[in-house]
Order: sequence, then C-alpha cells, then structure tokens
Amino acid sequence: MQYEDPNCWRAGAISTTVVMAIVLVMLTIDSLDAINPGGSHVPPYTVINRHIEYAHNSKLGRDMPVIGSDEPLFGKSVTDTEAAALIEQGKLVIQSRACIDCHTFMGNGAYYAPDLTKAWLDPAWDAWIAITGAESREEAMARFLMAPEQYATWQRKMPDLGISRDEAVATVAYLKWLSSIDTNGFPIHFGRIKVSK
Amino acid sequence: MSRSKNLAVKYLIAAVLFFGVMTLSGLLAATYYINPEFLFGLLHFSIAKILHIDTMIIWLLMGFMGAVYWFLPDEFGREPVGIWAAEILFWVFVAAVLAVAAIFVFVQWGPGTETTLWLFQQGRKYVEAPRWAAIGVALVMLVFAWNVVGTAMQARRITGVMAVMSVNMVPLVLLYLIAFPNISNMAVDLYWWWWLVHLWVEATWEILIGCIMALAMMKLLGTSRQIVEGWLYIEVALVLGTGILGLGHHYFWIGTPDYWLGIGGFFSALEPLPLLGMVVHAIYDAGVHRMKTTNRPAFCWALAEAFGNFLGAGVFGFMITLPQLNLFAHGTQWTVSHGHFAFWGAYACGILSVCYIALQEQRRLATVDSSSWVWAFILLNGGLIGMAGSLLVAGMAQAFFERAIGGSTLEAFIAGQENPWFVISMYSRFGFGLVFAAGYLALAWNLLTLGRREATISIRPVVPAE
Repeated sequence: MQYEDPNCWRAGAISTTVVMAIVLVMLTIDSLDAINPGGSHVPPYTVINRHIEYAHNSKLGRDMPVIGSDEPLFGKSVTDTEAAALIEQGKLVIQSRACIDCHTFMGNGAYYAPDLTKAWLDPAWDAWIAITGAESREEAMARFLMAPEQYATWQRKMPDLGISRDEAVATVAYLKWLSSIDTNGFPIHFGRIKVSK
Repeated sequence: MSRSKNLAVKYLIAAVLFFGVMTLSGLLAATYYINPEFLFGLLHFSIAKILHIDTMIIWLLMGFMGAVYWFLPDEFGREPVGIWAAEILFWVFVAAVLAVAAIFVFVQWGPGTETTLWLFQQGRKYVEAPRWAAIGVALVMLVFAWNVVGTAMQARRITGVMAVMSVNMVPLVLLYLIAFPNISNMAVDLYWWWWLVHLWVEATWEILIGCIMALAMMKLLGTSRQIVEGWLYIEVALVLGTGILGLGHHYFWIGTPDYWLGIGGFFSALEPLPLLGMVVHAIYDAGVHRMKTTNRPAFCWALAEAFGNFLGAGVFGFMITLPQLNLFAHGTQWTVSHGHFAFWGAYACGILSVCYIALQEQRRLATVDSSSWVWAFILLNGGLIGMAGSLLVAGMAQAFFERAIGGSTLEAFIAGQENPWFVISMYSRFGFGLVFAAGYLALAWNLLTLGRREATISIRPVVPAE
C-alpha cells in the first residue's frame, strides 16, 4: 500500500507547507498595507491632533474608533515629523520600562495591570484630572506617569519608573494614537457599561 | 561517551537548573497576586515575570539542544562537525544567561533610548534580553544548526528524521532574528512578533520536539523507523498545514483586517488534529510493545508529552481560539492557563523524557525505575494541572465580570481582579505552584541519585526494527 511508504507522506508534508506559506506571504503583504500608518486600520500618527472616540458601529456590529475634530495634544498641534518622533520616543519608553510585562497591549502582555489599548479613552481619567490637579486628560496622564506611587490607583500600585517629563509626554501621545487603531471591536463594550460592585 | 553526548549532558544539566529558576520566579510572580506589597520598590512583578518566561524559553532551548546533541552521534555515526564551537558556546551561553538575569534583577530598566535596548532590555515579551545577549543566542543557534546540517552533509547519509530536523533549522534560526528590530508601530511590531512566538515556538519547536520524540520512541520501544518517519511526516503536514494560517488567531485584535477572524478561527480550530495524532501514535506504540521498556520514567514522560500536548495546546487552546469567545477571553488568565499547560505538555515533558534516556546510558543502567521518579511525576503533573485549572477559573471570571458585563475599562479590570472567584483562584494557583515546586525538588533529587548506588552494567542500546 502506498500510504505505508513514508515518502508518500513526505510529499504531502512538503506540498502542504509550501501552499500554506505562499498564502501567508500574500496575506502578510495585504495586512501590512492595512496596518501601516495611514492604512485602512491604522490612522497616521498626526491623529494625535484630533478628537478620538470609541463607539458602536451598528452596520459592522462592533465597536470602533471614531476620529473627530481638532483636539491638539497638550494644546499644541504637531507636524508629521514631530508626531512620528513622539511615537518613536513613546514606543522606546514603553519598551525600556517593560510596560508589557505588567500591562497588556491589544491583549498581549502580562495581565497583572490593565490593558492599555484604549487607555486614552478610559473614563477613569476624569477622576485623575481632579486628583492630579491637572487641567486636561493628557496632563493628568503625564503627571501620573511621572509619579505613579503618589497617585496610586488601587492595591496594585504602579512603581516609579523614573519617567521624565519628555518621556511622559511621548508616552501619552503613543497611547492616544494607539486608541485610534481599529482593533475589530477589542476590547468589547469599552467604556459603555458602568461597573457596579 | 562521545564529545557530543558529553556536551548533551551539560546542556541537559543546565536545562534542569534553569527549570528550577523558572519555577522559583513563577512562585515569586504568583506571590504578587496575593500580596501586591511584596518586595514593592525592590523587585517588581515585571522582573519576576520576565525571569519566569525568559528562563522558560532558555531551559527549553537548552533541553532541545541537549536532546539533539545526544542523538546526533547515533544518527550519523560520527561527532558533529562543529563540536568544538558548540562546546565553547555552551559556556558562553550559560554566562550570558546569568549576566542577563543579573541585569534584570539589579538594573531592571533604563531610559527610553536605543542604548537601553542594546544593554539592559528590549521590553518585548519573551525576548526581553538585551540585543547583545540576543546576538549570542542567535550565534548559539547558528552553530547548533550547522552541527545538524553540516554533520549530515559530511556524513553523506541522512535519515528521514534528521532530514526534517535539518530543514527545520532554517526557520528556527531565521525567525529568531525578529527578536532584534525596534518597530514604533505596535500593530506592525506585534504582527512580526507573533511570527516569532507562534511560528517559532508553536511551529518550528513543535517539529523539533516531534523529531526528538521520534528518536526517543525508537530508543525506548524499538519502534520501527519506517513507522516513526511516516508519523513524523504526517505530523509535519498537519502542524504546518493548520499552524501556518492558524497564526491568524493572534491577528484578531492587533489592528489587522477582519478576514483574519475567519481564517485564524478556522485553521486554529484544526490545530489540535496533529496533537491528537501524536496521542494515537503514543497509544499505538505503547500497545504494540505491551508497555515493555527498560526505562519507565522516560516512557511515562513521553506519554505525558503526547497527552499534555493534546490537552494543553490542543484542547485548552481550542477553548479560546474562536473569535466569538476569544473577544472575551483574550488577555485574561484564561490565556495564561492555556500557556502553562501547553508549554508543559508540548515541550517540558519531552525534554524530561530525554533526560532519563541520557541518564540510563550515561550511568550504564540496565533498567531505570524507582519510587522517587513517580513522586516527581505525580507532583509536577498534579501541580501543573492544578495551576492550569485555577488560572482557567480566574480567566473565566475575568471574561465575564471584566469584559462581558464590565466594559473592559480600568474600573472593570479592578472589579474582575477583586471578584471572589478570581481571588480564590490566585490562592489556589499559588498552592498548586508549591506542589509543582516540591515536584521539581523530587525530580532534581531523583536525577542526581538514580542508579548511583546500583552496580553498573554494560547495556546494549535498543535497535529499532527496520
């Protein structure tokens, strides 16, 4: 019987692998086009100059970001180059402090601290504006990042990671841009339900 | 013993030692969940977590290399071509791992610059090691690949198992290069990072452990090479046939187009098939040979690998792989439950099996059996299943209270973490973690002492039927 011959299965293994690898390469080309800044799912970095909301799209049946009118970060509109520099710096801060080893981004990470995908849109910042004495959400976020132990959220405190003012500003810019990415409805129900304990 | 087998023993000893570090740092990470003030300001959760997951990668990698260097001389009838380089790099590898661990513990983080990524850490899950160390790991794997492929070429003969392993070396080395770049766009960063985590760990590692277990089955049961190679090709076809596009289940929520929901959901739902095949194969082989073996611990760990891989990677993975459920379960302790069970079943059990195979030949034991390996086997597997079960309950509580009815915000996250089901599960996970740690101690003691007091005899290796 041919199926008892390992060579028969070897041919099957090689052909299956080659076909699947080719399909993956084709899908990768299309996906990278969609997720590069300015692609169908990822807005350009200058989206940090705009108002961002997260709303339910009844046509698609899922939550998705809605980009609104002008709303410059820290009151200052930035150019393409300045926005790219902020995002690059923000990512370096996130990696250098290993944020992903406590938090999660797009659900990937360490699960010990909250997911940061839509952190910019979290209603909790309204309370932090008062707590930190800031005049805006971005200022409250920056002050929190620079002195997290001073503004402890709950029993699991974020440690002081020596984040400078420039680094905090870049991190806030990064989180605002991150919230504008269309993540196919993840996290579900974000900010649309009031928690009752 | 040959130089290759001596090197294999060194790698396996280092693997078991780093397995201990992984266990200890895992216990440490579990402690923060029940006492968040623990070591606050001195050693944060993130460092314990990094030590836990990075030493897991390191000890498994060392275990794989130990297993391959053990079987290479038997397969090719000669020493590996670059054994001298591998011997030197072993010590470089161990020294680098210790240096990186010291940096994680004492330096912890640096300013947001490229220098931090080069010297201290890269801050990307599983590949946190700084670039200088990552270059070292790449070099070690390059020499490892050269020793497999180069030896096959110089020996001018190759078996089916070694042919699969040789081809597998190419993606094993290439995919690791994704550990280096710093990509600002997180959607693109995660897109390639999943090639490293899924295609490296869940595809090339699966093939590698498949080859190792094929060689182990021939050694343990004398299974015919034709049958083993036939099964291996089927496994390769199914693992890569379902796993390459099964990668898509990691692309549901990272910003990629929504066609990945259908593609990833469909193919990842098929991913348990090759793992089920391995269980069938294990039962078939065990039945044909009426469970007769001279090395019972190695045989039982091999069976645990087949069942653990199917249950942990297959069944526990399938539970959360469809996008309709993954939308709620993703990023919760449910994923952690699957991760623990899958890595343990798929890889750790297989490496422990090879440890006992090597130990039998190294200590020239006619049979390997004792009561202490049974204790290690029960405590380790019982502890692991208990941890996976606890994390499963915690993850389900999160999926319901944080996501489904909570709204996924900071407030919802806290509500999920403070839910009694979650809190109890964290205590339970810690308790089973202690059971697992006790199992590790029993294992280490058993590996250290097994056969030491018995008379050594000359044994003939089991020759596979043609």
